[in-house]
Amino acid sequence: MTGKSAKKPAPGPDTPILFTNVRLIDPASGRDGPGSLLVEHGRISAIDPSGSAVPANARHVDGQGAVLAPGLVDLRASLGEPGAEYRETLRSGSEAAVAGGITSIGVMPDTDPAIDTPALLTVIRQRGEEIGLASLYPHGALTRASRGEEMTEMGLLQKAGALAFTDGVHAIGNTKQMRNLLSYAHFLDALVMLHPQDIDLSRGACATSGLQATRLGLPQVTPAAEAMMVARDLRLAEMTGARVHLTNISTAEALDLIRDAKARGLRVSCDTAPPYFSLTEEAIGDYRTYAKLTPPLRLEKDRQAVRAALADGTIDAVTSDHSPADADDKRLPFAQARAGGTGLVTLLGVTLASGLPLLDALRLLTVNPARLLGLEAGTLSVGAKADLCLFDPQSEWTVHAGELPGLAQNTPFDGWTLKGRVLKTFREGREVYTAPATASGHSSST
Amino acid sequence: MSAAAAEPESSPSSSSSEPRFTALPTGPHLLGLEGTGPEEITPFLDLAESYALLSRSRKTPRDVLQGRTLINLFFEDSTRTRTSFELAGKRLGADVVNMTVATSSVNKGETLLDTASTLNAMRCDLLVVRHREAGAPALLAQKVNASVVNAGDGMHEHPTQALLDALTIRRHLGRLDGLEIAICGDVAHSRVARSNLHLLRAMGSRIRLVGPPTLVPSAFGALEGVTLYDNMEDGVRDADVVMCLRVQRERMGGGLIPSAREYFSLFGLDRARLRLARPGALVMHPGPMNRGVEIASDVADSPQSVITEQVEMGVAVRMAVLDRLTRQREKAA
Repeated sequence: MTGKSAKKPAPGPDTPILFTNVRLIDPASGRDGPGSLLVEHGRISAIDPSGSAVPANARHVDGQGAVLAPGLVDLRASLGEPGAEYRETLRSGSEAAVAGGITSIGVMPDTDPAIDTPALLTVIRQRGEEIGLASLYPHGALTRASRGEEMTEMGLLQKAGALAFTDGVHAIGNTKQMRNLLSYAHFLDALVMLHPQDIDLSRGACATSGLQATRLGLPQVTPAAEAMMVARDLRLAEMTGARVHLTNISTAEALDLIRDAKARGLRVSCDTAPPYFSLTEEAIGDYRTYAKLTPPLRLEKDRQAVRAALADGTIDAVTSDHSPADADDKRLPFAQARAGGTGLVTLLGVTLASGLPLLDALRLLTVNPARLLGLEAGTLSVGAKADLCLFDPQSEWTVHAGELPGLAQNTPFDGWTLKGRVLKTFREGREVYTAPATASGHSSST
Repeated sequence: MSAAAAEPESSPSSSSSEPRFTALPTGPHLLGLEGTGPEEITPFLDLAESYALLSRSRKTPRDVLQGRTLINLFFEDSTRTRTSFELAGKRLGADVVNMTVATSSVNKGETLLDTASTLNAMRCDLLVVRHREAGAPALLAQKVNASVVNAGDGMHEHPTQALLDALTIRRHLGRLDGLEIAICGDVAHSRVARSNLHLLRAMGSRIRLVGPPTLVPSAFGALEGVTLYDNMEDGVRDADVVMCLRVQRERMGGGLIPSAREYFSLFGLDRARLRLARPGALVMHPGPMNRGVEIASDVADSPQSVITEQVEMGVAVRMAVLDRLTRQREKAA
């Protein structure tokens, strides 16, 4: 499932491609309509080109009415490597990404060792180029070894290419150190991505407070633990002027705080992941560890609030929150099982199922996250890199854990039927994924 | 109770609507009581009561489990529950093996599944499991061929304890419906409280959960037929049954309650508080008791206390469980 099309003699990387009979959707410009698009030298050279503008040697891709959108930009995904290659590797994760239409990945740095040195960050970037599927943009660790204590060499990491700084799911409990980190990040104009939850309230917890967790006898955390940390971090953002991005926001209360902060003009942004607008704690059932996530799945009213915040623009982006686990990580009593779910392959389909208009859903997956990271990606404008995703919004496929592209199979969406099958993915004009021709594995035709 | 209706040899027919007792596909298990109903519980208690009488006359049928192997797999120490299951198995003729697994190993989960495959290889028929994590017996049940009995999993359930409590109550009060039952103390961390809550609600009694808010989960207040009390006097007033839960020593250090003596002062079941309950109200405790913490010594030893009978019914209930599961399992095979 590497997406290398073995059928035809591979066209050279510089072979021009003409996409015809496609529905072009470009959230950056608001364009949504039938058209054609020409790619030359890895970049978009023309939209609706006249016949004479198309080089004679151009490869023609007939979209048959499918959507041609910018390749998706994923703000954050954990790819296991280094340190947990049995869960996922840069290669297997990249394979899963392009199968999901994702061409740019913000790679989480809370690995083992953490991506807290310029050398390691450079290596990860280069590995991404060698693999040649999706562009990998490793984030820098915010603190050394993501331990929440000493700050990393943010300036050097930034020079090496870090687009954002984060300690992954580890919140920083020491308020004074958090202020120092934000203050320093502000001077570098660096984006800081925080996963907010009150550390003491959430310690050991694996489910949201309520009847379900009480019934099951699981250690629980109040949903307010998220809002409490969001309140602190927003106040620190205001104090320091730092660009703060809050990740995996899952509660109504936290979203209200962020909405207010934005209205007051704070430079703050946030994202969520598909489980938080698609699932509730009910998904845990009788100890289904694939539904054990960080933060834990919430109640229905919070799910509704996340949906509303996607629609009203409070949430800037939807991320895969890809958190690979292997079978042994999950085949444990619930409290001991590793938290997290895969999300790369299902990102597009579950987001499209959110009920948002197609253009709005794609905005959260392309131009918005690209702008947050300052990436030249996520649009269909002439001159932009030809990172493209061709998908059929009506074509259905069923998620089968065990048969998904990539190594990790711990999807919380096992058994879901999703619309929006990815047909082809292109990165800088090169075809990096081609859907299997017929129904099998993770993809089945309409 | 109609012991005559339930000869062990003609155990009540297993109805098809039994979500917990027949949690196939790998075999019938007893993992919890949530979701059970009177149509299942009543005949089960009849069978258990008949075993209580047979035990008293020392005439238990040894052929019921003859040739079957029962393994007590305890990841947490518990002498009384383990002994109770051991006696239950032996009184029905099973070969009983006790395994206590050290909980200090680095990866308990691996131990759990490795243990499951070991037990499968040993062709064990009945597996009694106690584990500190909620859901661990359910996980094992997916992996072993034996019938799994949950003997207590974390803060989740302890179904045989609730069944023996119910049998004890029924023997004394003649019914399980329409009763006011006060469950007092550390409900939050108690699997006994959860199993009792599910069973007694299903039988049509009203439950009062009594204790300070640090020990009583407010979420249960949303359940129909359940009321929360943070005042012991109100909680036990006119109750038919007062069930005290053990307060673990580690809760008393100031994290959840300030001290044992303050707890006793505010929530200990003493003579004066017991007088507020219905005349003849039953005093129960799953044991082991902290005398002078959750219950006064004289109350524990009073004629209203049925605490030692609970222990006796425990063996009978476990015999009935082992019998039922074995019949269901072998019928399904």
